[in-house]
Amino acid sequence: MIPNLNNLPTYDTVGVNERVKRFCTRSIKKSSKVEGLKLALNMIDLTTLEGKDTKGKVQQLCYKAMHPHDTLQNIPTVAAICVYPSHVSTAKKALHGSGIQVASVATAFPSGQSNLEIKLDDTKFAVDQGADEIDMVISRGQFLAGDYQFVFDEIAAIKEACGKAHLKVILETGELDTLDNVRKASEIAMYAGADFIKTSTGKIHPAATMQVTYVMLDAIKDFYLKTGKMIGMKPAGGISNSKLALHYLVMLNEVLGEKWMNKEYFRFGASSLANDVLMQLVKAETGIYQSINYFSND
Amino acid sequence: MSRLDIHKTYKLYIGGKFPRTESGRYYAVNDNKGKLIANMCLATRKDFRNAVVIARKAQNSWANTTALNKGQILYRIAEMLEGRKEQFIAELIVQGETKITAQKEIEAAIDRLVYYAGWSDKYQQLFSTVNPVSSNHFNFSSLEPVGIISIIAPEKQGLLGLVSMIAPAIVGGNTIIVLASESKPLSAISFAEVLNSSDVPGGVVNILTGKKEELISHMASHMDVNTIVYCGKDEKDMKTISELASNNVKRVIFYKKTNWDSDESQSPYFIEKTQEVKTTWHPTQV
Amino acid sequence: MHKVKNKDVFKVSWTYDKAPESTDHIQIKKQYDLYIDGKFTKPIKGKYFDTINPSDNKKITSVAEASDKDVDKAVKAARKAFKSWSALTGKERGKYIFRIARLIQERAREFAVIESLDGGKPIRESRDIDIPLAANHFFYYAGWADKLTYAFPNRNPKPLGVVGQIIPWNFPLLMASWKIAPALATGNTVVLKPAETTPLTALKLAEIIHESGIPKGVVNIITGAGETGAAIVNHPDIDKIAFTGSTGVGKYILNATAGTHKKLTLELGGKGANIIFEDAAIDQAVEGIVNAIFFNQGHVCCAGSRLFVQESVADLVIKKLKDRMKRLIIGDPLDKNTDIGAINSKKQLQTIEKYIKIGINEGSEIYQPKCKLPKHGNWCAPTLFLNVSQSHRIVQEEIFGPVLTVQTFRTIDEVIEKANNTPYGLSAGVWTDKGSKIFHLTQKLDAGIVWANTFNKFDPTSPFGGYKESGFGREGGLHGLKPYVKFE
Repeated sequence: MIPNLNNLPTYDTVGVNERVKRFCTRSIKKSSKVEGLKLALNMIDLTTLEGKDTKGKVQQLCYKAMHPHDTLQNIPTVAAICVYPSHVSTAKKALHGSGIQVASVATAFPSGQSNLEIKLDDTKFAVDQGADEIDMVISRGQFLAGDYQFVFDEIAAIKEACGKAHLKVILETGELDTLDNVRKASEIAMYAGADFIKTSTGKIHPAATMQVTYVMLDAIKDFYLKTGKMIGMKPAGGISNSKLALHYLVMLNEVLGEKWMNKEYFRFGASSLANDVLMQLVKAETGIYQSINYFSND
Repeated sequence: MSRLDIHKTYKLYIGGKFPRTESGRYYAVNDNKGKLIANMCLATRKDFRNAVVIARKAQNSWANTTALNKGQILYRIAEMLEGRKEQFIAELIVQGETKITAQKEIEAAIDRLVYYAGWSDKYQQLFSTVNPVSSNHFNFSSLEPVGIISIIAPEKQGLLGLVSMIAPAIVGGNTIIVLASESKPLSAISFAEVLNSSDVPGGVVNILTGKKEELISHMASHMDVNTIVYCGKDEKDMKTISELASNNVKRVIFYKKTNWDSDESQSPYFIEKTQEVKTTWHPTQV
Repeated sequence: MHKVKNKDVFKVSWTYDKAPESTDHIQIKKQYDLYIDGKFTKPIKGKYFDTINPSDNKKITSVAEASDKDVDKAVKAARKAFKSWSALTGKERGKYIFRIARLIQERAREFAVIESLDGGKPIRESRDIDIPLAANHFFYYAGWADKLTYAFPNRNPKPLGVVGQIIPWNFPLLMASWKIAPALATGNTVVLKPAETTPLTALKLAEIIHESGIPKGVVNIITGAGETGAAIVNHPDIDKIAFTGSTGVGKYILNATAGTHKKLTLELGGKGANIIFEDAAIDQAVEGIVNAIFFNQGHVCCAGSRLFVQESVADLVIKKLKDRMKRLIIGDPLDKNTDIGAINSKKQLQTIEKYIKIGINEGSEIYQPKCKLPKHGNWCAPTLFLNVSQSHRIVQEEIFGPVLTVQTFRTIDEVIEKANNTPYGLSAGVWTDKGSKIFHLTQKLDAGIVWANTFNKFDPTSPFGGYKESGFGREGGLHGLKPYVKFE
């Protein structure tokens, strides 16, 4: 049932900015840095969501997911590959036996401007193709118009269509205007059955920010205290370097703590982050600053 | 064989870049013996139009830059100008000043920048008020920049006149398009180089060189310009400006003085003139 | 509501490696003399005392102890310099102050490290707050030097003469800048004494002031303890005393200067009320509570040391506050990840511990998160006292440490009455989403500063100072000029 949205905690940007700044001033060095980088790598949903994606490109990306680097020892794989529904079967085949999940965007991604029937079909198609995770978008138009029931029902219907697949609900925070709205949308998504809440499609600017992610983590925390259910978090878009990824992990660490510090409950939706993390890991091992030219760009 | 000097090309300053005029035209600036000093860009209305677009883009973030930062940036301009004092003295001398008057002018220009740097986080404290209205409301008035200002700089003091116009306008959060002195434009473009190396964001100050008679009407009539400042005494110019400015109720400011040396040529009222007053009401009872 | 069995469900497991700020660029001399008349000069009686690093109680260096004769020398130098300094144009005076601001900015990191070494505050605070604010203060008042007639229209502001300034140990460089910058801008000359436990950044400031080329004698910085301070207060040729410190000493100064011509500014103790209404943005309010009382180990005269939470949200706020306190990192002040550093001195630690005992004996419920405190040095875990009432000593008296008392309230009138029920009146905080409530409380609270939906914010343009026994006079902003001028 749709939760009571009238008594939600509120946020003001100035306060949230200050809190976020505190996370960013944490200085992560030496072994804690290597630990954080490996964790970040393991949390990546390696993503390609371009109109120009081809089978070959997806296969390359899957190879990269399984073998992030040739010489680095003891590094994990990424968590998942994130593609459009039409590439799910390719990815599924390529990743067979690797334990890496295949995530697919669905529901008329990225705008969500279609009817429920088509969105359900879109979802079922992706699931039938073998998707382990579905990244859906909410209807921002209805949300901003105040039709929260619509948004709630839609998510619940998609959740049902997902079957065993995990559902990540994209709020597209860049279109939600205020942090209070982000909190409200998080609440709707979690009560409607989301396994993960996710910031952005990556197609709208701004995509993920630490500020909205903070508000969503806070919502997840309160939801857990009320229901005992752990919801995952996925910031997506705009997290392209290791330093920023470590800031996010510090925030996760200090807001939700150890139970969430793994790929079951936290993901980075990113395309170029993996290589930057690898560069930093090589730097940590060799002491030499790296160039992107020495890292395969898949 | 002695070494051949490299001459400097003077271009316009728009959006933090140094483009040539789109028209490719120029005008010659000569010294008092009729010898060519430099070929200056003869800016057109299109150059002006481009500058306005860029100034508009820059205005919001400049206005939202903290007063502290704006002050530090103005102080930085003064520091950079101090470092290039000799170059400016040489240029002023080429344009007809004596060594003594040139030195005086550059030093006054530096001090004027420091003076307005100091006002950055203070003028609000002078001109803002808390108003004791007869109801349970907290009522206060504060200043906000008008927005975009086009400025026709003083003709006589190519550097000091220019600085005396630019500093109070930008310290108040406005972005500006300045038409440099027609007869003494060299230090205006050199000053643009100083601005460009002083953390002033591109587009906050835009400097054109050219003919007043070609540009004044556009500077006065442009619908996206909020205020026009005219330095000069030409009654015909002033009438044209007043008439054209009425289109969008543009604020018009005339400065008839020609000498900007004295301390009376600087005051917080130069800032206040390029500001709007905003009053806010808020209830004080639960 | 779901019952969470494992209380520590949000436990933090990823611990950060030490990230100490480097100290190899820091220059500290073996011994510091008095800065009088533009020279570092030996104290007449030849006495020195040690300044200690409170995080390990080891000696950093030794510092001269100024006797009344040294004070006299400094006052004479300042008197001599006053004539030409006050006659200098405001414009030129301003330029010296701008130079000081710039020199602090250039050497900011060195100042930050020394501040943390000598005083125990986390490097994050000295680096991001104390030092930049100090530089900005000089920058702000530099700009006033040639604009005084605008600050006081239709009057003719004149400097007072020689001002004696005595500052505390909680924000050593920042307090020095709050004192020196407006005094110089208005044309006065200065004899300043930093606190005996934190003299180093003031002495480094003396070096910078020297480098700025300011005429000799305009600023004199002398070190010492209470006796040196008393010698300044009682010196007959000082025109004004500006003091920041305890209310006890403030009252002594009032007595000592009674019947003299000396002008006074006093910035004394506080027991700030921090009021959380049920309609506040709760998470940010919790953050605000933490910032209000644990900032600088609670060594803050304007700290929000009395928390008032509206009853309907009290459980939630306290739960979130405890949870947040578990995440605070306590330890090495020079570690960039430290949230709470060392208590400034053994003596202060004893005071805080005394009050914690009193709190327990008065029957209040104490909460301290489990945290490892370093073995050596002066440390105090962040502390809450629940179930307290107005009559408790820990609610009435200033503790000046990371100790917060928590009370609940039901109505606006009730909380206003409780908040004002104290001899102090320096600061207060209000947390609510409702604007009219903010302005209503702003009008009713007896406090020199009211922070709404924020706390412990400082800015050179913003006046700071208290009501009642928290002192009088303002520092910062336009109002901060007035204590340093007279009108003819």
